Amino acid sequence: MPTMDPNRKKSKPVDLVDSVDSRVELTESTRSCPFPDEVLERVLSLIDSHKDRSSVSLVCKDWYNAERWSRRHVFIGNCYSVSPEIVAARFPRIRSVTLKGKPRFSDFNLVPEDWGADVHPWLSVFSSAYPFLEELRLKRMAVSDESLEFLATSFHGFKALSLLSCDGFSTDGLKAIASHCKNLTELDIQENGIDDLGGHWLSCFPESQTSLEVLNFASLNSEVSFDALEKLVSRCKSLRVLKLNRNISLDQLQKLLLHCPQLMELGTGTFMQELISGPVTEFKNMFSNCRKLVTVSGLWDATPLYLPVIYPVCASLTFLNLSYATLQSSELANLLFHCRSLRRLWLLDTVGDKGLEAVGSCCPLLEELRVFPADPFDQEIFLGVTESGFVSVSRGCPKLRHVLYFCRQMTNAAVATIARNCPDFTHFRLCIMNPGQPDYLTKEPMDEAFGAIVKTCTKLQRLAVSGLLTDRTFEYIGQHAKNMETLSVAFAGNSDLGMECVLKGCPKLRKLEIRDCPFGNAALLSGLTKYESMRSLWMSACNVTMNACRMLAKEKPRLNVEVMRDEEGSDDSQAHKVYVYRSVAGPRRDAPPFVLTL
Amino acid sequence: MSEESMEKKAYGITSNKDLNLKATELRLGLPGSESPERVAVNKNLVAGAKRGFSDTVKELPKQPQVSVNSNGQTSVPAPKQQVVGWPPIRSFRKNTMAVSHTKNEENGDPKMGSGCLYVKVSMDGAPYLRKVDLEIYSCYLDLSSALEKMFSCFTIGQYGSHGVPTRDGLSESRLMDLPDGSEYILTYEDKDGDWMLVGDVPWDMFIGSCKRMGIMKSSDAIGLAPRAMEKCRKRT
Repeated sequence: MPTMDPNRKKSKPVDLVDSVDSRVELTESTRSCPFPDEVLERVLSLIDSHKDRSSVSLVCKDWYNAERWSRRHVFIGNCYSVSPEIVAARFPRIRSVTLKGKPRFSDFNLVPEDWGADVHPWLSVFSSAYPFLEELRLKRMAVSDESLEFLATSFHGFKALSLLSCDGFSTDGLKAIASHCKNLTELDIQENGIDDLGGHWLSCFPESQTSLEVLNFASLNSEVSFDALEKLVSRCKSLRVLKLNRNISLDQLQKLLLHCPQLMELGTGTFMQELISGPVTEFKNMFSNCRKLVTVSGLWDATPLYLPVIYPVCASLTFLNLSYATLQSSELANLLFHCRSLRRLWLLDTVGDKGLEAVGSCCPLLEELRVFPADPFDQEIFLGVTESGFVSVSRGCPKLRHVLYFCRQMTNAAVATIARNCPDFTHFRLCIMNPGQPDYLTKEPMDEAFGAIVKTCTKLQRLAVSGLLTDRTFEYIGQHAKNMETLSVAFAGNSDLGMECVLKGCPKLRKLEIRDCPFGNAALLSGLTKYESMRSLWMSACNVTMNACRMLAKEKPRLNVEVMRDEEGSDDSQAHKVYVYRSVAGPRRDAPPFVLTL
Repeated sequence: MSEESMEKKAYGITSNKDLNLKATELRLGLPGSESPERVAVNKNLVAGAKRGFSDTVKELPKQPQVSVNSNGQTSVPAPKQQVVGWPPIRSFRKNTMAVSHTKNEENGDPKMGSGCLYVKVSMDGAPYLRKVDLEIYSCYLDLSSALEKMFSCFTIGQYGSHGVPTRDGLSESRLMDLPDGSEYILTYEDKDGDWMLVGDVPWDMFIGSCKRMGIMKSSDAIGLAPRAMEKCRKRT
């Protein structure tokens, strides 16, 4: 394993960041370089993109050093690809860390608990290496209350904490953060496996806390003390993002809004009141002072009676998240009529195709659309959105780039039309909810649909496929998806050929996640030379054997090949869940008993 | 026709050689069926897929909803099984929507103004259910004409051009008059779990207590309120 000592000639740094070729050598810088290090550092400090910084670090040794001293933020896409010690050795002055842990399919319960991705070892190293750490953004990491307490007490200037899809902690951990982080500007808690023991954590913010800019507790279920919340909001004059949970009522929201007219992003609480006596006129002016509002979310239980309350701010909204509001088509149409500036829209499929027609007519600037299913597991009903709604949107919103669409029926022809209407797709995720479902009109596989997407949308970076798919889909992907970085596949393909096409044909592929497909050993091994240029590969419920995994591990020592044992354990020759990723840190030492590192 | 042979016909399977035996055969489990069989969800499986699929599929006992039309072909989309981690939706959203869903279904009080009162409507012989929002109708006539439109596609196949659906204003619960004398009856399950005839109680009371609806053949409506049977006898 190469060391990270930059003073060694001809050392080969394997970059932390995903997109860089790991085989570039450093050359000695010429001594006649007139640029003083401090100046170079100052200049480089203006570069934010981690991809650019990786490129900078490869220019020459001086630049490598200047870059590492000037870097303030490090992004680690896979916490096991590198160790905290290596990070600390290379980047001495980090203030902000983004760290991602478990494979994405853990969001859908495909990864057992206690798999790993514990943040604590990172915090231990950081407490000595980066005592001035200010920001920590974690995704799919295991976080305990002890870790949160450690974080709160070890880093005195700590400012911003964001937890998305993490698990292992409770609201007690939040108490520690609220109590000890004197300079906290951001507390963003989103969709975690959190043990909600009550809302007392909010009351732990001391009176001296006036610096909050972002507070998001929308996904916590317990009631907080409204009094404490109101006081907190009043004294934090820089608050720009406030996302409340469902327990906050409409009249409580009204009171809060009086204190923060400067708000830019709002997540409401429940958007209806049970008392019908004299409600709407009271709330009519609730938003009249919120002139800076660009994002609204929440809107739990919103009804036609109360929705008009937000009409006054709709004209300037760029992001509207209605994915928890069970709106019907006409309610949505009436609302969207006022929202001409929308760039991003998240919906529930209760709005139906008619609602999507309204999207097409009212939101010409739309760039991102996500339609979630209200009843994903109710297989008996026949509601939601169809291909026709998607087509309507594509007609009216040619600037669409990012789509996530859950539906129960789709046709090849419709997707081809959509691709023609919206050639700029960068993220296309279509989820036909019944696995292996064909084009419902022609009964053919959905190959041509995704073929159309990859042929027409040359900027495509992320693709998720569904429906009945043969190897043909993957041939198309391999032939045309030259910018694709992430591919998600489920219940698709006929043979190894499918996966081979993708591995051979997609030069920018970084993440490949596959479940329930008939891809086997030949397919797995066809990517032998590819996996080191990728962040990770996930294969579950496919046809891969342990021997093939062992072979892969043996040939490629810089890859970690992990196999998760099935609990039943009856067939030990099959590898049920395989997770392969590149790493400079070697095999992980914290693997639980059900994870075999080969 | 047994379930097994109905399914085989549906997929054009004539012999067991086409599939990898029981491991990949699609089954519909009746309530009370025992240990989960291995089920393939993807028809294009290469034989020999073995365990790969079975551990992700959990079979739920369900009433078979397969219908057979006059040609003896099933006209049904592939039977659906619940699969771990599919559709790919995060737990928070799953749990949140489950709560909202129950709230809506339990909540029969139109005064809540929650905007929708969805109830499931099933019809004998139809391959899938529909859901209707009772809030949008103001009387039984509206409801039954909407249902008639919704389900006409399932009955037209059965009686072709002769049948003209008629409605008798006296009996809103009778939907269709078939040439062979059989008719459909609109029934509902109330809060107590009893199946009642639609139209017996005032509209407001109905939408307050209706949990789900069923469109049954009158010949099947044995055991309902005696009034229903009386009406049937009057027609023949």
